[in-house]
Amino acid sequence: MLRYIGSRLIQVLITFVLFQTVVFFLLHAQPGDITDQFLGNPNIPPEARVQLRAQLGLDKPLPEQWLTYLKNFWTGDLGVSWTRYPRPVIDIIKETMPRTLVLFLSSTVVSFGVGFFLGRLLAWKRGALIEYPVTLASIFLYTVFTPWFALVMIWLFAYKAGWFPIGKFITVRLWRGSHVPYQANDVFNHMMLVTSIFVLLLGVVLFFTRNMAPIHRRRIRLLGFVGVTAAFFGYWILSPMGPWAGDIAWHMILPILTLTLVNFAGTMLLTRNSMLETLREDYILTARAKGLPENVIRDKHAARNALLPVVTSLIYSFAASIGGGIITETYFSWPGMGLILLEASTRSDIPLAIGALTFIGVLALLAHFAADIVYAFLDPRIRY
Amino acid sequence: MGATTRDIAARTQPESMAAMWRIRLGLWWRSLKESWVLFAENPIGLIGLGLLLFFAIMAIAHPILMNTVWERRIYDPVLGYDPMVAFHPAAPSARHLLGTDSLGRDVLSQLMHSTSSEFALGMVAAVTTVTIGTFIGAVSAYFGGIIDVIFMRLADLVIMIPTIPLLIVLGAMFDLNLVSLGLVLGLLSGFGGVTVIIKSQALAVNVKPYIEAARVAGGSDLHIIFRHIIPNLMPLSFLYMMFTATGAIFSEAVLSVFGLLNIRMSWGLMIHTTQSSGYLLDFQRWWLVFPAGLAITLLCSAFYLVGRAMDEVVNPRLRRR
Repeated sequence: MLRYIGSRLIQVLITFVLFQTVVFFLLHAQPGDITDQFLGNPNIPPEARVQLRAQLGLDKPLPEQWLTYLKNFWTGDLGVSWTRYPRPVIDIIKETMPRTLVLFLSSTVVSFGVGFFLGRLLAWKRGALIEYPVTLASIFLYTVFTPWFALVMIWLFAYKAGWFPIGKFITVRLWRGSHVPYQANDVFNHMMLVTSIFVLLLGVVLFFTRNMAPIHRRRIRLLGFVGVTAAFFGYWILSPMGPWAGDIAWHMILPILTLTLVNFAGTMLLTRNSMLETLREDYILTARAKGLPENVIRDKHAARNALLPVVTSLIYSFAASIGGGIITETYFSWPGMGLILLEASTRSDIPLAIGALTFIGVLALLAHFAADIVYAFLDPRIRY
Repeated sequence: MGATTRDIAARTQPESMAAMWRIRLGLWWRSLKESWVLFAENPIGLIGLGLLLFFAIMAIAHPILMNTVWERRIYDPVLGYDPMVAFHPAAPSARHLLGTDSLGRDVLSQLMHSTSSEFALGMVAAVTTVTIGTFIGAVSAYFGGIIDVIFMRLADLVIMIPTIPLLIVLGAMFDLNLVSLGLVLGLLSGFGGVTVIIKSQALAVNVKPYIEAARVAGGSDLHIIFRHIIPNLMPLSFLYMMFTATGAIFSEAVLSVFGLLNIRMSWGLMIHTTQSSGYLLDFQRWWLVFPAGLAITLLCSAFYLVGRAMDEVVNPRLRRR
């Protein structure tokens, strides 16, 4: 397993350098160069432009520029944002990356769970009256034009019903003034840390109960889940950060819900197809012949084998769901990488746009890498 | 003696050629009919086909309407303006069935005008994708070795590029229009996911006895690839044309909503206009956002539904027991 992870990691690194190269040549495929904007300015003589080109290293041969670009990236120097001068790009990305990560991770996990559950049910009930309406509705959600759907969600739940805020990361009114003891980013980072600890605890419960007799296991797992969840909420109620964290969480619900609704159908439709294929296998017939109860056949024999192709295509859909995340961020004014990328692109802030694009690439690659490892864990045949 | 052989050849060859041609057509027609029966079993595919037909009628009807009923000065999708209406955006009325936008242009006319360019974009992207994907898939399955390794690693790289962010940056740096956008999208999916899927199908075709027979009969590599492998990949390729069209239309709409494309009119641009004039969340004026948003959604799902129903035809394992 370790050797597998190592070889995958090297592949991921090579892919990333290739991706950076593509981005670099994209930059250079632009007509002219950065100094062209001084072309029409009579106060800047041609000699000054030549000097500027030399200073920026634009007169060097392309391979050398490429090496400099790579070196700068790996030493954390991504340049300075033009629209948010003089903030360095890496600084802005450090601030926005966790927000995007949280949105992406939570919506991916939730939509995968919901999609797998519903897809399993749909395949099991093939031919039932419910099949076509559910399939049609989920295809509608899957192909729905995300900006429009986000608007409808905002209008419905935030504007009309007033259950959620209309967008943004925090309620600015609450956080203004000297009585506020925290910075929003610190609260957010703390929320991430605490949530990951409790998720880890849930994993520990799952891990230690995996070999128990099924009758006890269900009871102990339920107890463990309820206990961990109660401890999680108890922590936030007791913590002085609680109300502030609650404000941020309140802003997170609607974007995550929207992204989940857009993403889950893909998993669901795939699970259905994959289940239908598995249900034709001989071992399902054998399980039936043994007289196993139907729900055991469905959950233990069919669904587990149907999971593999679903995970494979989940890996391939990461790039697409990051795209959906960007659109969602924009419409909910969620200040993550997507919003930054779009703002930078529409205002021609090239260093920031390139930095955001590169780090969205990093996110896609890391998600890809993690899913690969999960896949190797699920299917031992992969770990050659 | 020589004359007779030539005579016979002259007499029989066109006939046998014609016969071959007729047999091929007959076979093709029969398999098409069989596929249609399988396709029509599935209401999902029929719904998709119905939607596609609806949009096709919209696309065809627009130029006819412009030349007969609609006065160009008022109903032109880009430059039109209706001076007879006091305030724009105006609500739907008999004069403007879907109302007017904030610049006084007829929404229905814009909607119908954009349909044909959406189809064109989908076609450009789909044809590019499938041409590249099928050819590379077939070649790398047939030759294997270093060619296979290069293209498959390339596909791994391309799959991981987040398309929408890349297109956003491209739109900011270059002047993208519909054709260049279609080509970029086609290249991205052609070298990416589609190649991998088609190659796996080509591997299955590659070990069929008729490929070996063709090789024994002295067929060249190119002959085998173009006459034996690629025709057997066509159903799958056609299926992925549908999915590529869905992706292309979606991406175009996203880019135009953000105002990053250099085009005169599209469904996404209609929403962009609404946004820049400040009516985005004013759902009392639903005709500004809903027709365009719904049209994008429905055309995307139409292609997707047809593709999905075709999947059940092409892939026998999904058929009903």
